[in-house]
Amino acid sequence: MVDVSAAQHTGMTGPSGTKPRRALSGRNIMIYGVLIVMCVYYILPLWVMVMTSLKGMPEIRLGNIFAPPVEITFQPWVKAWAEACTGLNCEGLSRGFWNSVRILIPSVILSIAVASVNGYALVNWRFKGSDTFFTILIFGSFIPYQVMLYPIVILLREMGIYGTLWGLVLVHTIFGMPILTLLFRNYFSSIPEELFKAARVDGAGFWGIYFRIMMPMSLPIFVVAIILQVTGIWNDFLFGVVYTKPDLYPMTVQLNNIVNSVQGVKEYNVNMAATMLTGLVPLVIYFISGKLFVRGIAAGAVKG
Amino acid sequence: MTNSIEVKDLTLNFGATSVLKNMNLTVAEGEFIVLLGPSGCGKSTLLNCLAGLLDITDGQIWIKGKNVTWSEPSDRGIGMVFQSYALYPQMTVRGNLSFGLKNARVPADEIAKRVARAAEILQIQPLLDRKPGALSGGQRQRVAIGRALVRDVDVFLFDEPLSNLDAKLRSELRVEIKRLHSRLNNTMVYVTHDQIEALTLADRIAVMRGGIIQQLDEPHTIYNRPANLFVAGFIGSPAMNFIKGETVNGGRAFKFGNIALDLAGYEGGAIMDRPKALLGLRPEHLTIQDHAIEGQTFPALVEIDEPMGADSLVWLEAEGKQISVRVPFENRPRPGAKVHLKVDIAKSSLFDETNEQRI
Amino acid sequence: MATGARKNWLFRNVNAKIAALPMVLTTLVVFVGGTIWTVVYSFTNSKLLPRTDFVGLAQYERLWANSRWMQSIENLAVYGIFALIFTIVIGFFLAVLMDQKIRYEDTFRTIMLYPFALSFIVTGLVWQWILNPEFGIQSIIRNLGFTSFNFDPLYNPDIVMFGLLIAGMWQGTGFIMCIMLAGLRGIDEDIWKATKVDGIPTWKTYIVVIIPMMRAVFITVLVLVTSGIIKLYDLVVAQTSGGPGLASQVPAMYVYDYLFTAQNLGQGLAASTMMLLSVLIVLIPWAYLEFGGKKNG
Repeated sequence: MVDVSAAQHTGMTGPSGTKPRRALSGRNIMIYGVLIVMCVYYILPLWVMVMTSLKGMPEIRLGNIFAPPVEITFQPWVKAWAEACTGLNCEGLSRGFWNSVRILIPSVILSIAVASVNGYALVNWRFKGSDTFFTILIFGSFIPYQVMLYPIVILLREMGIYGTLWGLVLVHTIFGMPILTLLFRNYFSSIPEELFKAARVDGAGFWGIYFRIMMPMSLPIFVVAIILQVTGIWNDFLFGVVYTKPDLYPMTVQLNNIVNSVQGVKEYNVNMAATMLTGLVPLVIYFISGKLFVRGIAAGAVKG
Repeated sequence: MTNSIEVKDLTLNFGATSVLKNMNLTVAEGEFIVLLGPSGCGKSTLLNCLAGLLDITDGQIWIKGKNVTWSEPSDRGIGMVFQSYALYPQMTVRGNLSFGLKNARVPADEIAKRVARAAEILQIQPLLDRKPGALSGGQRQRVAIGRALVRDVDVFLFDEPLSNLDAKLRSELRVEIKRLHSRLNNTMVYVTHDQIEALTLADRIAVMRGGIIQQLDEPHTIYNRPANLFVAGFIGSPAMNFIKGETVNGGRAFKFGNIALDLAGYEGGAIMDRPKALLGLRPEHLTIQDHAIEGQTFPALVEIDEPMGADSLVWLEAEGKQISVRVPFENRPRPGAKVHLKVDIAKSSLFDETNEQRI
Repeated sequence: MATGARKNWLFRNVNAKIAALPMVLTTLVVFVGGTIWTVVYSFTNSKLLPRTDFVGLAQYERLWANSRWMQSIENLAVYGIFALIFTIVIGFFLAVLMDQKIRYEDTFRTIMLYPFALSFIVTGLVWQWILNPEFGIQSIIRNLGFTSFNFDPLYNPDIVMFGLLIAGMWQGTGFIMCIMLAGLRGIDEDIWKATKVDGIPTWKTYIVVIIPMMRAVFITVLVLVTSGIIKLYDLVVAQTSGGPGLASQVPAMYVYDYLFTAQNLGQGLAASTMMLLSVLIVLIPWAYLEFGGKKNG
């Protein structure tokens, strides 16, 4: 590498080479400063949640919520999981956790299966009116859920599944359809049509092409869809409270009951442990999925 | 007379990758210089460095006798025209032209004067109150040039300005730019990958590859005396023919296969005996004839011809190699005919294969 | 002849039609049918169960005479206006900072976005704890010596909506920042080069050139934030349960309570119809702007 110094060349005077830029310029200080301050705002609650959940009650009564525990205890977590009282029973959040899991798995599978086939049909097998239905679907997704709450109750009652697991699964499938169909439709649009035509020429039909060509190529978007649905369904509260009976309450509903409906002595550490437990699943998914998570919500935001 | 632009030992590294290597370039006042090369050769990078949009790693840049190496783009006395025009979409044409001037606190009447002058030169007066969205590609490009014009600077930088236009518009605007240059006499640095633009517009062309200037010369010199294999193969369409062989007899003859060609009349350096040499012949410097001339022709078999309007490009096979020759359409030979190709040694280029340089 | 052609049309592409059946059914039965049902029955006197006892606009008259409903609307309006302004301003400002070619961009984004992955219940509960007057921020500041410091939004009917606002912003601004950042990144880089050559300072470029170019993104964000505001429910249930008193009631809670607890379907449906109306007021101009200009929709 040639090491050139300005002074060695005749006629070279003045500035040479890279312009010196101070790392600690006013501009940089402001940018990073503001970002760091904002990050404090964002991290604070998580910090408080974790810290509080690891303290004993006496320490909480004395100290300040931002301070780390003097004595770490996992008792609140155990209590939150197994013994907390929801007003109906004192079996902790574990019930709600497993309910949420039982709601989550079929809902995710069904909603993604239906929506992906929808998207596929809309792109490659359009029929008269298919696009109109899709537009109505998208517009429907803006309608506040409250408007359709009761009609769905009636629908589920007629079908005999009101208050059961499958009723809730159906609800999640229905309301997941607009965004997921949009997601899959946009993705399938980007797959070259030649692939599809070649497969038809080879004699493959609707389902054949779907399972043997489209699905294998769509792994990334399935992952995005799964992330979107797991987060949305796990965090749901409204449908969980309207369409289930108490023994089927998802974790979010149970959490609310534990914290807000308990009279008497409030065990803040148990509350925070319970809150953390409920937030754990989507948080873990978030931290693992990274860029895919952003892609998923961006897709949800870019409607049409 | 001060040089308009001087680039001294300019080096640009992106991390570990060396993008521009120790470049030296001098552009005279009023000169139209074209930076030509394939994608990735560094031509746009060099332009951006000249503009001050990229920080350089080493070296200096002088514009009109002033060291601008650390100056902001707006302080360098340059105007720039971009491939995607980059017009401000929410402002009218007039707004686009005057935005920079207003920001620099130029008095209103001066702004009006400059806008009117630019509009007149570029024939965009009727467009002044329209927004870029309502303009055609060619009109947008004129406005983009106008934005540089109103800055009242001596140096214009063009970054592939015609690449987004269709072929017809491209040739129209090419002429406009040439006219503009002859009217204004500004220094113009023009980046393109299109050799037609380079050959028609430039006072001098800098052919670039891999961050290094391969040759800096007037267009006809570049065309007729390319400095190395890369330039020879890059310039000229249809491309130059290359025949592998060796120079023998103290450099008096070129031998390939069973053929020996007399090198008397070659314009270049000392040929000598080189075991690995390439003879470069442009399709228009070969003639098809039916009889042999010792030392000046070699036999070939006509394979196929490509009619190109007035001319035809004939492909022949000789000593296992493919040669292309340009002939007027009426004179094209029959496929399968056995002919002799006469070479114009004075117009040819010999290359030493070991260092790729022209001899 | 006609039957043959008709039959043909139905059976053509039959697999796709069967596959799209869920979508068709959902659209027709739930979205269209459900909405129409709600609107129609809001004109009835249904109590525990739906009845076709039509009473005209009586439910709506009662709705608008109900102080709880009025309070809900007022609360939502206050929350909505501030949420809209703050979310868009903060979201855009953060996006601009992130657009400055900074290091650790991924880290910053991960930190700002994780609240969006959490349930509103979790968000509401943790902020309820932080704003707790006895142990939270108020007590900490007081312990530092400022004994007369008052920051008790959740028990102060006048400012409780701001307590909710802090939590709502925490959850949503990261997401809006991501969308704005994507919009910023979609701006042609040559525009920035042009402004640099013209000598325009960075802040001016953002305001005069970039923001107008991001009109579509701002509109999308506006629609997203607004529809989120109207649906506000989980957060309130968790953080304040609508209290103190009625000070943080929101329309969505009114709907739920009247539909399922107070056994007054008519009122609940009337309230939901009002919610629908408010969304339409935002949606229809947006749809017109987006699709009305071009004829393909």
